Amino acid sequence: MSVDKDTVNKIARLSRVAISDAEADKMVGELNGILAWVEQLGEVDVTGIEPMTAVIPNKLRLREDVVTDGDVRDKVLANAPAKEGSFFGVPKVIE
Amino acid sequence: MTDFSRLGVAAIRDGVAKGEFKAVEVAEALNARVSAAKALNAFIVETPEKAIEAAQAVDADRAAGKPLGKIAGVPIGMKDLFCTEGVQTTAASHILEGFVPTYESTVSANLWKAGAGMLGKLNLDQFAMGSSNETSYFGNVISPWRRNDGSTAALAPGGSSGGSSSAIAARLCPAATGTDTGGSIRQPAAFVGISGIKPTYGRCSRWGVVAFASSLDQAGPMARDVRDCAIMLEAMAGFDPKDSTSLDLPVPAWEAGLNSDLKGKRIGIPKEYRLDGIDEDIAKMWDNGIAWLKDAGAEIVDISLPHTKYALPAYYIIAPAEASSNLARYDGVRFGLRDLPDGAGLQDMYAATRAAGFGEEVRRRIMIGTYVLSAGFYDAYYTQAQKVRALIARDFENAWASCDLILAPTAPSAAFGLGEKNADPLSMYLNDVFAVPASLAGLPAMSVPGGLSKEGLPLGLQIIGKALDEQAVLNAGLAIEQRSGFTAEAGEWW
Repeated sequence: MSVDKDTVNKIARLSRVAISDAEADKMVGELNGILAWVEQLGEVDVTGIEPMTAVIPNKLRLREDVVTDGDVRDKVLANAPAKEGSFFGVPKVIE
Repeated sequence: MTDFSRLGVAAIRDGVAKGEFKAVEVAEALNARVSAAKALNAFIVETPEKAIEAAQAVDADRAAGKPLGKIAGVPIGMKDLFCTEGVQTTAASHILEGFVPTYESTVSANLWKAGAGMLGKLNLDQFAMGSSNETSYFGNVISPWRRNDGSTAALAPGGSSGGSSSAIAARLCPAATGTDTGGSIRQPAAFVGISGIKPTYGRCSRWGVVAFASSLDQAGPMARDVRDCAIMLEAMAGFDPKDSTSLDLPVPAWEAGLNSDLKGKRIGIPKEYRLDGIDEDIAKMWDNGIAWLKDAGAEIVDISLPHTKYALPAYYIIAPAEASSNLARYDGVRFGLRDLPDGAGLQDMYAATRAAGFGEEVRRRIMIGTYVLSAGFYDAYYTQAQKVRALIARDFENAWASCDLILAPTAPSAAFGLGEKNADPLSMYLNDVFAVPASLAGLPAMSVPGGLSKEGLPLGLQIIGKALDEQAVLNAGLAIEQRSGFTAEAGEWW
C-alpha cells in the first residue's frame, strides 16, 4: 500500500495538523518509505495468534464508586491559554 | 576538599548519613557544575533553589536525629518528561512551553520523599521521540565525549534521554531519571559510558509522565554504576493506584541483593542479534562480555529469538499509533500553546496550534499513527503489529526454558555525530534495533559500559532478564562492571 498526496492531506486533516503543499509533497516520500519498510510484517505467519493487549499479565482493578478527586477548578484552569472567568475560552463554534 | 562531582549516589548518601559532609555542600557544588556546563545544553530549566532546599531539609533531619530517606542528600537531574509541581514541564516541545504543572508525577514524588533534590529539568528528544536528542525544541544536547582523533565534532548523547546521559557523563549529577519506550534509557547510557536500567513494565508508575506510547513507556534510572542504578530504582519504583498498569507488588531490596557471583545462571546469546556486517568493535565487545560472565560463573548457551527482525517495524506501527492517540490532548484549549489565526474557527485553531507546536518528527509520527489506525488499514497494520508483538514476547518466553538472562549489544554502533543521521528517518530508527525487542515484551533490560570503540567512544552491553527479575539483570551488570575495567571519561572541554 502506498500513499499519495491526497491521502497525506487526508491524514493531516484527521490528525488536526495543518500542512503546507510543500510539506505534503515531502511527507509522501517519507511516509511511503516507512510504510514500505513496515510492510515486511505481512510475511509473518500469525495464524492463531491473538494480538497482544498487555505485556505483563495484570488485572484491571476496581475501586469503590466514590468521589476521590476534584474540587480543583483553579488548578485545572491554571494553564489554560485563554481562560474566560471559570471557563476554557474557545473561538465561536456556532454561527 | 572532596570533589563532589566524583561521588556517586551511594557515596553521597553514605557521606551525608555519616556526617562526613553536609548535603548542602554537595548541592552547592553540583549547582555550580550545572551552571558552568551550558555548552552541553543538557538542562532546559535549572532549579538550584530546589536542590538547596531539599539538601537543607536533609541536613536538618540529620541534625535532629530523624531517620533519613533511601537517597537522602543526593541531588539528581529530572528528565523533562516528568511533571514537577511549580516547575515548567515541556517534554522538550514548543506546544508545552510555559506549562507549569499543578501536580507532581509519582516517580518524582517518590524520589523527593526519599530525600533527593532536583538540580533541574533535563533536555530530551521532543515527546521522547528520537535517538539522538536532535528533535528537542530547546536545541541539541551535546555529548561530553569526543572522538580520539583530535576532532571537535559534536556527538549525539543518544536519545531520548540525552540530557540525562550527557549530564551524568559530564559529572553534573550523579544520577538522573530516564524513560524508555524503545531504548531511550539504554541507548543513551551506552553512548556516553554510563549505566541505565529499564525495569519491568509496570514497576514505575506512569502517572504524571508525559505519555508517548503507553503500552511501552517505562521510567528507570541512569547513573555511573550498577549499585547507584539499584538505589535509584528502589526509590522510584512502587505500586501506584493512579496508574492502571502499575504492578501491585512490593519493591525488592535490589541494592542489598546485589551479588556478582553468577554460578548457576545461564546466559543466552541470541544468534539473530549477530547481524550481517555487525560493527567489528561491537562484536569484539560482545565477545568480551561473554568471557566476563563466564568468569563470573555463568554458563553460556546459544539461543534463538526468531522474530527479532520484525521487532523494529512492529514498534514503528505500535508506538506512533499510541502516540497519535495520546497527543490528541494538545489542542490549544486546556493547556500549552494556542495558535489562533485571524478569523479561525475551532478546527482551524486545532490544526494551526498542532502544526506550530509539534516538531517535524512528532508530526511525522502522529501522521503515521493516524494512518495505521484509520478505517480500512487498522487490521493490516495495527492488529498485525500487535500479533507480531505477541510472537516476539513468545520468543523470549521460549528462550527462558534454556537461559536466565540474555546478553547482547545495546546499540549497533558507538555515538554518531550530530546531523549524521538526519536525512533519512529510517536510518535513525535502525539505531534501536537491539533495544526495541525487550521493550515490546515489557522485560527488564540494562545497559552497562562494555569498552571503547576504535575512535575512543563508549560502547554498551545489554542484559535482558525475565519479567520482574531486575535483580538478576543488576547482578549480571555488576559482574560485567567488575571485570570490564571501564574507567574512561570524557575530557572536560566545555
